[in-house]
Amino acid sequence: MTTTTVTLKIDGLEVTVPEGTMILKAAKDNGIIIPTLCNLEGLSPYGGCRLCLVEISGSPKLFPACITPVSSGMEVTTKSERLTEYRRMAVQMLLAERTHICSVCVANDHCELQSLANQLGVDHVLFERKWTNLEIDSSHDFLVIDRNRCILCTRCIRVCDEIEGVHTLDLKLRGKDSQVIMDLDEHWGSSCSCTSCRKCAKVCPVGAIYIEGEPVSHTKHKDIAEFITERRQRKWKR
Amino acid sequence: MRKEIVINPVTRIEGHAKVTIFLKDDQTVKEARFQVVDFRGFEKFCERRPFYEMPNITSRSCGICPVSHLMASAKACDQIVGVTPPTTAVLLRRLMHMGQMIQSHALNLFHLSFPDLLLGMDSDPAERNIFGLIEKQPELARQGIKLRKYGQELIEKVAGKRIHSSEWVMPGGGKWPLTKQNADYLHSNLPEALDITVKTIAFFKKCLDGLEDEVENFGNFPTYYLGLVTAKGGLEHYDGKIRILDAEGKIVADQLDPVTYYDYIGEAVEPWSYMKFPYYKPLGYPDGTYRVGPLARLNIASHCGTPLADEELKEFKKLGKNGVVQSTFHYHYARLIEILFCLEGVKEILEDPEVLSERVSAKAFVNNDEGVGVAEAPRGTLIHHYAVDPQGMILWANMIIATEHNNIAYNKAVTQVAKKYVNGKRLQEGMLNRVEAVIRAFDPCLSCATHAVGQMPLEVKLIDAEGRLVDRKIR
Repeated sequence: MTTTTVTLKIDGLEVTVPEGTMILKAAKDNGIIIPTLCNLEGLSPYGGCRLCLVEISGSPKLFPACITPVSSGMEVTTKSERLTEYRRMAVQMLLAERTHICSVCVANDHCELQSLANQLGVDHVLFERKWTNLEIDSSHDFLVIDRNRCILCTRCIRVCDEIEGVHTLDLKLRGKDSQVIMDLDEHWGSSCSCTSCRKCAKVCPVGAIYIEGEPVSHTKHKDIAEFITERRQRKWKR
Repeated sequence: MRKEIVINPVTRIEGHAKVTIFLKDDQTVKEARFQVVDFRGFEKFCERRPFYEMPNITSRSCGICPVSHLMASAKACDQIVGVTPPTTAVLLRRLMHMGQMIQSHALNLFHLSFPDLLLGMDSDPAERNIFGLIEKQPELARQGIKLRKYGQELIEKVAGKRIHSSEWVMPGGGKWPLTKQNADYLHSNLPEALDITVKTIAFFKKCLDGLEDEVENFGNFPTYYLGLVTAKGGLEHYDGKIRILDAEGKIVADQLDPVTYYDYIGEAVEPWSYMKFPYYKPLGYPDGTYRVGPLARLNIASHCGTPLADEELKEFKKLGKNGVVQSTFHYHYARLIEILFCLEGVKEILEDPEVLSERVSAKAFVNNDEGVGVAEAPRGTLIHHYAVDPQGMILWANMIIATEHNNIAYNKAVTQVAKKYVNGKRLQEGMLNRVEAVIRAFDPCLSCATHAVGQMPLEVKLIDAEGRLVDRKIR
């Protein structure tokens, strides 16, 4: 079986990738890193965080690289002043939407949002901060969810559904009010479907889901979804 | 005519405060007040947070002594989960707390207080700081910085970070063991730190000769003293029970359980300060004034338990009647002795094979509704008290910070110094600096961070009897 490939330019570099590849993956495989908080290899793309926005020649619109497939002759720009400005804005909106205080967060120094804010030079949040005070659910034996730190990337929901296969986690409500819930919005400790597999904590990019008493640096293992997916495909390349 | 003098802010201390000096008609001092102008609200915003986040959150109240908050908070959390941390965890907690004492005391002495003592109370304020000290006494300044560094390294090697190393601390112990490599590093640098301390003590004692006046008038008044002691009455920083001593050296209460602190410590509130006024309940407010911190700890302790520190303690006790040293000025000397005690303690711990054990935590969830953690912070007895719901969320928190215990004493001390040195008729900068210096001797920690030396302006306002501003000087 032959794979159809397409050739395109990313930041002036000519790359050839299989048809259907998303721009984000095509760039990554060719050494060009586009920031993202919701995308994770091994999980279906979501397109929620808007940090991977890129420019495509011939269109005034910005495209999320994680859910835009490559096409032949496409010219993609991943770095520009305009993109940096939008990414800064996206990070600030995430920080403004809930209660993010790095200094007292379990994920301090091990947080993808914090590290991105640093990379992008976000030292102030120019939007009015909401300072949510949502209930922290620590009813599970060791898994804790602090929804005030959640950025609604849905990695946990996708890993629970697509990798663990139990779909304990899901979203309730809409927009900024959305919240990750367990089963039919029950306390985590009462969930009958949760297998306590910890994958949600391993992929959470921030300090929203964590394991009580364990350093976040030990818990985090965001390659877990890709790792398991490859093993299931009998790929032993690692 | 001047009615009051305001020193705002007080410089070279941790946090924000001002001093208001009230004058009599003849321009002499009637009274002085030490006012804390910061409001933090930690006890309130901790509510509804998980209890195990408390070490992390509360230690953010201070950038100088975060480890002490970590210790008091972790001990309160130990009680909530109802476990005894493994021996190694306690050794490591003690080790990092000793690092805290060393670095905090060194900071106060070398960076904040020595500029006054060695460059002179009346010297140019532009030079009366660590940079002036580096210029005049480069070797001493260098040694001070080295000593502080050693304290910080102790914290870093145990817990991963020099400041706000809260990731390591957890209810029931710590999160990872000490590596052999880190233990060896700390052990190999210990002799130099000890040498610096011994030399600094000798140097400091020589300096005392020219400072008799300050010793006599710097907050030199009788109070009670409160702090933790070991079961045998020795100096203790991490654990132990409460002892209260009166000004004559008589033990008023001993081996009180710190967990029931509320039975014997009351907290009064004054409308002119954000800092509470703790007092010894049986004597009432304000008669139950007591002091905490290095001076109080050495006054109440019968011995240190380490050879070099015990030798110094004997000399220290000779400075006061019945072994009770009243002058706030001697907080400095007490700090030096405590550094020595901690360095000797570090040696003992590092040479204990148990310190490298991998068993550093005992895990459990909420088993008790409340927890009280008490430790001796560099500035005195620190109390954290939490109540939690069955899920471990904080229902309420009460913290008595070391500095607060001394609140009544601060006011007495600034009044005493102001009466001795300040005269509204001929106001000089050096007079006001002495008022600030007595506060520095206590080493208050009023908020969360050190301010850059020499950067904060000192504002003095002269207000006449009709409330008009007569003169205003900014340093």
